[in-house]
Amino acid sequence: MIDREQVLQVARLARLELSDDEVERMAGELSGVLNHIERIGELDLDGVEPTSHVVALENVLRADEPAPSLTRERALAGAPDATDAGFRVPSPGAP
Amino acid sequence: MSDLVELSAAQAAERVRAGEVSPGELFAAYRERAEGEELGAFLSLAEPGPEAGGGDPGQRPLAGVPLAVKDIFCVADVPTTAASRILEGYRPPYTATAVERLAAAGAPMLGKTNMDEFAMGSSNENSAFRPVRNPWATERVPGGSSGGSAAAVAAGLAPWSIGTDTGGSIRQPAALCGLVGLKPTYGSVSRYGMIAFASSLDQCGPITRDTTDAALLLRYLVNGGRDPRDSTSVDYPNPVDLPSAERLDGLRFGVVPELAGAEAIEPGVKELFDATLARIEELGGAVEEISLPHTEHGLSAYYVLAPAEASANLSRYDGVRFGLRAGDGDLLSLYERTRSEGFGDEVKRRIMLGTYALSSGYYEAYYGRAQRVRTKIAEDFRAAFERVDLVVTPTSPSVAFRLGERTQDPMAMYMSDYCTVPMSLAGVPAISIPAGLSEGLPVGFQITGPAFSENRVLGAAHALEVAIGFDTSPPRRGAALAP
Repeated sequence: MIDREQVLQVARLARLELSDDEVERMAGELSGVLNHIERIGELDLDGVEPTSHVVALENVLRADEPAPSLTRERALAGAPDATDAGFRVPSPGAP
Repeated sequence: MSDLVELSAAQAAERVRAGEVSPGELFAAYRERAEGEELGAFLSLAEPGPEAGGGDPGQRPLAGVPLAVKDIFCVADVPTTAASRILEGYRPPYTATAVERLAAAGAPMLGKTNMDEFAMGSSNENSAFRPVRNPWATERVPGGSSGGSAAAVAAGLAPWSIGTDTGGSIRQPAALCGLVGLKPTYGSVSRYGMIAFASSLDQCGPITRDTTDAALLLRYLVNGGRDPRDSTSVDYPNPVDLPSAERLDGLRFGVVPELAGAEAIEPGVKELFDATLARIEELGGAVEEISLPHTEHGLSAYYVLAPAEASANLSRYDGVRFGLRAGDGDLLSLYERTRSEGFGDEVKRRIMLGTYALSSGYYEAYYGRAQRVRTKIAEDFRAAFERVDLVVTPTSPSVAFRLGERTQDPMAMYMSDYCTVPMSLAGVPAISIPAGLSEGLPVGFQITGPAFSENRVLGAAHALEVAIGFDTSPPRRGAALAP
């Protein structure tokens, strides 16, 4: 129920590069799982509110006051490639 | 030395307070065992010396009893991988609130435990580094995703540990390793510094040898109240008691036919479940059937919602700010190569599933419906708790399975969480305690209560624990060190 083309399309959205083998396997495995999941299609859910969160919280705000945060050095320390000022990445248009 | 390992964490703390053993000796005894282990339970060990927080840990409430920490918790400057190649070598600049609070209470970190990559799995076979073996039977899995934490405690490589539970990842490994595993009410424990899998479900909790140790860890995990760094955390409404109940008089227990009667439940598991129900009645509790009609769809809803949230949470692993970077072309290929090389099969599968469920044209059919099923499941629990005090089910449909047995069939693996996922979706607390052995392997019994009823859940669990008298000692006696 999910074919090669759909797998490739979803992989593009998810920024994953899949080998031919993986595409093949993924199509079968995802279809198996979706097949199970689709049983919720049979339930009558008209008028049922969706739950995105179980704790009844809304608008958790804090005072808008300056507070110390990570230093730039600390924030950049784990980067695979950093300059003094930020994270370095190849140009989106690079060959 | 070896008799130290026979003490529960609370007993060890008592010995420290009585001056019979020092926190340093305790740490050294466990570290030595953890260093020699061949189960694959630890990914790294902390430096000797329980001085975390300064001062004498013996003077603090947890008295220096060392803690195994699932490698999903960030600890400043300590390698933190979530068992993924994509975070190999990553050293976070901050420490998770859970680890910080327990260290401040006197439980220094002993080491980081192995797990399924990004907490996705039920067998610990999805670790990018190595699988974990079950100390009860080393050709079998310890469960997952907190498999390393459970194996470490079961084998006596650590007195106690913390894990995380999104759909059963504390309770199922605790069940498969003969331990107590508690998933607290969602929001009780801060998620700050806990690497996110599915943010609306993830919750930190203890894996311990007994219910007293679980209550002690919970007490100091929630101590300090709402964490301003986790906007979904809340003030725990009452003190956490150390459980002492030995009777269950006046308590009504609901048995869920949709879960306890499921086809997937192995006969040996069902037998011990029924025997535990008989014990409840012997102890004065009342047992009745209570239907939670939508829980049979829990797994379906979960395998939409959790992957959907995961696909968003894991978009941050892109090779730019931390962790692995691969690819040498343009930015897009850097993203794609990094993620393809850095993530394992199961993580890719869930990202794909989640991305598909959230994609245009499918969103309402999958994500929208799953959120509504979640509402129905939460309503089922609310209705049930108007009639009964606690809901009981088996924890895992099966005992520990063999390494490799379910790796080729994702759906068979996902079934491991059939009885644990509904509680996660409803956000309610649930504990697994050992009910006994089936063919030499531990079986778990799950007790669930309304939100913030941990004292009630722990109390009932304690009464059953005393009555059952489960012996946790076999895997501590050597089997662990000779797989």
